[in-house]
Amino acid sequence: MKFGKGLGLGIYTVLALLFLLIPIAYTFVFSFNDAGKLNIAWQGFTFDKWLTVCSTAGLCEAFGNSILVGLVSTVLATALGTLIAIALVRYRFRARSSISLLLFLPMATPEVVLGAGLAAQFLTLGTEKGLLTIILAHTMFCISFVVVTVKARVASLDPALEEAGRDLYGSPGQVFWRITFPLLMPGIAAAALLSFALSFDDFIITNFNSGSVDTFPKFIYIAAARGIPAQVNVIASAVFLLAIVLVIVVQVSRAARAKRLARQLG
Amino acid sequence: MAIASFAESGADLQLTGITKRFPGFTAIEELDLTIPAGSFFALLGPSGCGKTTTLRLVAGLEEPTAGQILIGGKDVTSTKPFQRPVNTVFQSYALFPHMTILENVAFGLRRRKLGDPVGKAHEALKLVELDHLASRRPAQLSGGQQQRVALARAIVNRPALLLLDEPLGALDLKLRRQMQLELKTIQTEVGLTFLHVTHDQEEAMTMADTVAVMNKGKIEQMGAPEELYELPRTAFVANFLGQSNLFTGEVVASGPDHIAVDVAGVPIVVPRTRAQRHAGEIAIGVRPEKVSLLTSAPLPESGRNVLGPGRVTDVSFSGVSTQYLVDVPGVGELVVFAQNMVFGPVVQVGASVWISWNADHGFGLDDDPGVVPRFVPDASTESIAIQRRIALEEELEQA
Repeated sequence: MKFGKGLGLGIYTVLALLFLLIPIAYTFVFSFNDAGKLNIAWQGFTFDKWLTVCSTAGLCEAFGNSILVGLVSTVLATALGTLIAIALVRYRFRARSSISLLLFLPMATPEVVLGAGLAAQFLTLGTEKGLLTIILAHTMFCISFVVVTVKARVASLDPALEEAGRDLYGSPGQVFWRITFPLLMPGIAAAALLSFALSFDDFIITNFNSGSVDTFPKFIYIAAARGIPAQVNVIASAVFLLAIVLVIVVQVSRAARAKRLARQLG
Repeated sequence: MAIASFAESGADLQLTGITKRFPGFTAIEELDLTIPAGSFFALLGPSGCGKTTTLRLVAGLEEPTAGQILIGGKDVTSTKPFQRPVNTVFQSYALFPHMTILENVAFGLRRRKLGDPVGKAHEALKLVELDHLASRRPAQLSGGQQQRVALARAIVNRPALLLLDEPLGALDLKLRRQMQLELKTIQTEVGLTFLHVTHDQEEAMTMADTVAVMNKGKIEQMGAPEELYELPRTAFVANFLGQSNLFTGEVVASGPDHIAVDVAGVPIVVPRTRAQRHAGEIAIGVRPEKVSLLTSAPLPESGRNVLGPGRVTDVSFSGVSTQYLVDVPGVGELVVFAQNMVFGPVVQVGASVWISWNADHGFGLDDDPGVVPRFVPDASTESIAIQRRIALEEELEQA
């Protein structure tokens, strides 16, 4: 009975993992497909697509745009969102709770509505659509996520720490950079990673506000109409591998640090 | 403006007409207080009495609604915390978790750009005997060690005034005793002015030169610990600093040295100099350890007050002494502490006893008799034995 139960759970786990990982495995495997225009059926193994990644017209440019938009909007959203989070937790002011609530709205609103609304605004203002409008749009929806993430961290920060900094002759700037900021760092880093991932991934809002500029998701969407080139799989796989390597490096260094601390204590 | 040099010695602190209002309530009302340079001053009171707010006002972490704060004769009311020659040992220690112990201690020195911050930090850590842990993080230290680091981090700056916000509250009893001694030694060694905020009357009395008892945003009484204990001026002080037996009655006789108060038909004599009021209905009291318990009616003797007979309603043995509760008809319940000169309690519950005390040991209060609480039911003022008994009884009731 017990054995059967354990076996059922095992099978279920394997199935669930397979279900989650198959699309990624497919993407990775088909980045080595010796395909022509269409990358649907397996044609044979090749490294060519990895070596000629930028030969597909517009692909690397779109990828570069995505990285640029991701970085700039992450920096903007993280900086603004962190300041908003600190203000919301640390200070009591009029309309504090309504602002808190309003900040949730971009997360709750369907992306299509946000994208279309923004596009209408840009049209009214006569702003030419391009990289700038994409960055503005991404910064806008990323701020909400940054505020929510960083707020939790600020709330868990003992206000006495900042008071101790002020008491020990730290000017407001010094207290922020030497105490508040380093202590909020884990939250801020998480918020920045989330922002970048959201921005890099975004298609709907971008599509409304990008004009003729292509980002990576937009490029794939357009390419899908006439067949996605295998180079897209290459870039997707590369991004995936980079993320995996980052996670592993962080985990290993954290484990090493914990070990070192434990040795010091013992 | 940073303070570019060490204070040579402690400075005096002067508060004049300090009022602090928060939305909805007043924490401090018209407070005047002078703390002489180099003294160890304790601000004692129950939670919510305004003592921590006073400390934060001095540190600059709060702004007063009205009044002036002078440190060493200089008005610092409108300056920021980092501009004041004041350092604080926080209740939660507030050590920076992302820095080593050494960097924690050197923080203030580095901000003021003083020479050799590392060397001075090591020196301060040596003073609290923690130099061997300089490279650790705060989380790797025990509570007592963290407390000492917090102290080192503050005194390394040689502030003119050191503020201590219940710094020993989180430590267990034994460690607290040890730290009390260490704090006192360090204060004498470095010669700084210490302002210590606490709700622990025993801590305040053992450590401070001067104690100010605070209640509801005002200072009730200020003085040396012995003076406060032996001659409380208000019922609050009489009950917050230890316990007291309080009575109210009309002054029936008034002589050059003594006055007599009618308590349930018995004239109770109090020295004139030890009474705040000398006519009308007044409140008087006597400390429980000044009272002796007698098993037979004593012969009338001048200079001694006698009440009784009463019935013993409770006996709690606490090692060094025994606490008896005696119910005297018409007067109420009185507390008697008796040293355990023989083995165990001398009388049992239900015994008929008289209580008597030297008339010179009584005191007269300044309160209006109508509002005098006979016994303030504050847990911290009850003896340990009583607290244990109450806890036990509650447990039994629930079972």
